[in-house]
Amino acid sequence: MSVVSVEKDFDSLSLILVADFDAPIERVWQLWADPRLLERWWGPPTHPATVKKHHLTVGGEVTYVMTGPGGETSRGWWRVTSVDPPRSLEFTDGFANQDGTPNAEMPTTAVQMRLTEQDGGARMELRFVFDSSEHMEQLERWGAFEVFPQSVGQMDALLAADSKTRGTRESNG
Amino acid sequence: MVVGGLTDEAVDRLFHALADATRRDILHRCVRGEPSVSRLADVYPMSFAAVQKHVAVLERAGLVTKERRGREQLVRTDPDAVDRARRVLDELETAWRGRVDRMAELLAHAPQPEASKPSMGHGS
Repeated sequence: MSVVSVEKDFDSLSLILVADFDAPIERVWQLWADPRLLERWWGPPTHPATVKKHHLTVGGEVTYVMTGPGGETSRGWWRVTSVDPPRSLEFTDGFANQDGTPNAEMPTTAVQMRLTEQDGGARMELRFVFDSSEHMEQLERWGAFEVFPQSVGQMDALLAADSKTRGTRESNG
Repeated sequence: MVVGGLTDEAVDRLFHALADATRRDILHRCVRGEPSVSRLADVYPMSFAAVQKHVAVLERAGLVTKERRGREQLVRTDPDAVDRARRVLDELETAWRGRVDRMAELLAHAPQPEASKPSMGHGS
């Protein structure tokens, strides 16, 4: 089982996920650092991702397009805020317009990813913090958290099939 | 698209409502009791109208309901709506579990860049 723990903080709208992999941290890092590998896990099989830009440097940008079964696309971007290969990556995750420019009307999520050695393998800790209130206050409009239904809904089909073979997710802990 | 029984619009309202610290605080107070709007207005350094506006946002998101009792308006939580918010976070968790699984699969099948464990050879 890869996922070791999931902690959700309902107050701060944050989520921390810890996963262990039976691989050295360099290889896990490669899954993030190599755009061809990244696009093999970022989107579910029903909505494969194509990574366009991929600059893992501070201030650098990663952009991707996910294409659904009907040819519909959704675009997203990361802005790298901190990078320390092969141990940590921090970025702001946001949505893009159809022309690829960042959609300023959508909120962003801060993502922190850390890799540490663990029992001969790698432990990956992911922390998501949803956009702060200031940004939201400026917007004062609905539609802000559309990121949820989009990214989550796209994965439903895959995950539904997946959970059947893996049992309930309540079983850990 | 519908997630966890919620439409896009409902999810948007929910997260917009929860993205503000004052509104989360109001929600907390409502979970613990049934404060009136005027009592809430005493707690925060803002006008009665501003508090009322926050309560209205929570109300539209389905997180609280208002009930008039005498001259007071009591604010109550809707536990079902709070559950729904949790469910949306659950869905995010599920999405990332999927990603982690795909990562694990890639690690299991992608060729090793260097043969660090020759004892695990597949003998292809």
